[in-house]
Amino acid sequence: MKKNTALNIVLVVVFAVICFLILLPFYAITLASFKPGEELIRYGLNLKLDFSVMSLDNFVFLFTGDHAYFTWFFNSLLLTVVQVVLTLLVSATVAYGFAAYDFKGKNILFICVLLIMMVPFEILLLPLYTLTFNLGMMNSYSAIILPGIANAATIFFFRQYLSGIPKEIIASGRVDGASEYGIYARLILPVMKPSFAAMAILNGMNSWNNFLWPFMVLSDSHKYTLPIGLKTLLTPYGNNYDLLIVGSFFSILPIFILFVAFQKYFIDGMTAGAVKG
Amino acid sequence: MIKRFLYSQKVAPYVFVFPFVAIFLVFWVYPLLSSFGMSFQHVTLGQEAEWTGMDNYQKLMGDSVFLKSIGNSALYMVLTLVILIPFPMLLAVLINNKRMWGREFFKSAFFFPALTSVVVAGTIFRLMFGEMEGSLINSVLGVFGIEPVKFLKGHLTGFVALLALATWRWTGVNILYFLSGLKNIPEEYYEAASIDGASAFQKFTRITMPLLKPTTIYVLTISIYAGLAMFIESLMLWNGNNSPKNIGLTIVGYLYRQGIEKNNLGYAAAVGIVLLAVTMIINLTQLAFSGMFKKED
Repeated sequence: MKKNTALNIVLVVVFAVICFLILLPFYAITLASFKPGEELIRYGLNLKLDFSVMSLDNFVFLFTGDHAYFTWFFNSLLLTVVQVVLTLLVSATVAYGFAAYDFKGKNILFICVLLIMMVPFEILLLPLYTLTFNLGMMNSYSAIILPGIANAATIFFFRQYLSGIPKEIIASGRVDGASEYGIYARLILPVMKPSFAAMAILNGMNSWNNFLWPFMVLSDSHKYTLPIGLKTLLTPYGNNYDLLIVGSFFSILPIFILFVAFQKYFIDGMTAGAVKG
Repeated sequence: MIKRFLYSQKVAPYVFVFPFVAIFLVFWVYPLLSSFGMSFQHVTLGQEAEWTGMDNYQKLMGDSVFLKSIGNSALYMVLTLVILIPFPMLLAVLINNKRMWGREFFKSAFFFPALTSVVVAGTIFRLMFGEMEGSLINSVLGVFGIEPVKFLKGHLTGFVALLALATWRWTGVNILYFLSGLKNIPEEYYEAASIDGASAFQKFTRITMPLLKPTTIYVLTISIYAGLAMFIESLMLWNGNNSPKNIGLTIVGYLYRQGIEKNNLGYAAAVGIVLLAVTMIINLTQLAFSGMFKKED
C-alpha cells in the first residue's frame, strides 16, 4: 500500500509538470490580452505580471471599438450552426441507408466512404477552387458548406451507432404501415439523439476552427469567419496586436465553455474513429 | 406511380444514400479526375488550357524548391510520429490507472490545446518563439545563460517550434485515442499476468502494446496523413507562406504557392498528385505490414 502512494505522488508530479507546460501558452495569451500591443512588440510574449501596464483597455476596445471582430464572430457562429445542422442531418440519413438495408453496390459505396477518410482534402483544394470559380460560387457560404455536407467520419460513426439498434424497430414500423421514410423520421431519428451530441460537437469544433478552404473562397471582408479575420490582422506592414491577442483569447472562450459543459460528448466525438476502426 | 416507386423498399436505400453519392461524385471524383487531367496541362484561371504531357512532372523532379518541400514534410511527419505515438501511449497507460489522483482533470487539461484553431495556436507559438530576449522561450533559456535564439530563422530551430506546436495540440487527442483502446483490454489479462509474476514492464510490452495495435494503427494512419498534408501550422508560424530559405515550406505550401499565388494550376495539380501518391503508398504499405488486409478469422 505504501509503495502505491509513493508511486502515485511521483505520477502526479510528472503529470502536473506536463500540465503546467500545456497550460503555459494559455496563461501567456491571457496575460497578454491585458497588456497594450506595444508592450508585446517591444518585449515579446512573456509571463511578467506587471500590473502597471495591465488594463482592461483591450477588452473595452474589443467590445466598443471600430472594427469588424463581431461581424466575423457572428459569421463564424452562423456558419458553424448551419454547417453542423445540415451535415448531421445529411450524414445521419446516409448512414441509415447503409445500416438498415442490403442493396446492390452497398459495399463499393461504403468503401468510397472509407476512401474519403484517407485522401488528404488539401489535394482537392485547386480543382475545387476552379470548380467553385466556374460555378460562380466564389465568396458564398454554400461553397464552404456543400463539399463537407456528407462527412465521411460522421457517416462512419452514425453507421456504427445504428448497427447497435435492434432491427425489430424497423420491422414493427412496417407492420404498423409506416413508410420507409416515416420509419426513419419517426422511429429511428429519436433513438439516434445521443450520438448526435458527440457528432455535433466534433463537427462544430472543426467548423468553428476551419481555415484554409473558407480563406480561399471568401474575399469579401464582411463575410470573413473569425480565423480568417484574425489572420488578416497579421500583415507584413505591422500587426494589429491589440485586437489580435484579445480577439484570439475571446475566440477560444465559446469552445472552452462548451467543452467544460459537454466534456463527455467531446471525448466520444473525438475518439469516434478509433472505436474498432 | 412515381410516389409508389420512391416509397418501395427496394428504392428507399438509394434515396437515403443519394446525398453521399452526389457529393462524392461532384466534390471528390470530379475534382480528383480534373486534378489528374490538369497535372498534364498548362492551366491558368480563366484561360484555355494546353496539353503538355509529362512536362509538369519532369519539371517537378528537377525543382529544388519542390524537393525541399518534400523533405520538410517527410521530416515533419517522421518526427511527429516519433513524438506523438510513444509518449501519448505511455501517458495514456499511466492515466488509465484508476488509483491515480486527478486523472479526470489531467485528461481535460491535456485536451485543451486541441480546442484552439491553428490560427490562434500558431500565433501564440510564433510569439512565444519570438527572437527577442524577453520572448517566452528565450527568457527561459536566458535563465540558463543561453543567448537569445532566432528560432524562426534557422532550419533546425524552426522545426523545434513547429514540433512544439504539433506536440502541444495533439498530445491530448492521442492520449484519448489510446485511452479508448485501453478500455477494450479486459482487466483479467493483467490479473492473470500478476499471478504469473509478470513485472509492470512485461505487462506493458506483452499485453498492452499488442492489444493496443488497432488503435496504434489508426493513430499512425491519421498521423501520416496529417504530417504530410501539414500547411497552416507553417503558414501561421512564419506569418505567411514565405519562410527564409523555405525552411518551413511544406508540400501543400508549395501546392498553394504555385496554384493560388502564382496561378500555375497545372503545375500545382502535379504537386497534389505526387502528394496523393506518396500518402497512399506509405499508408497502404504501413497497413499491409501491420496485417490490416489479412482476413480476420
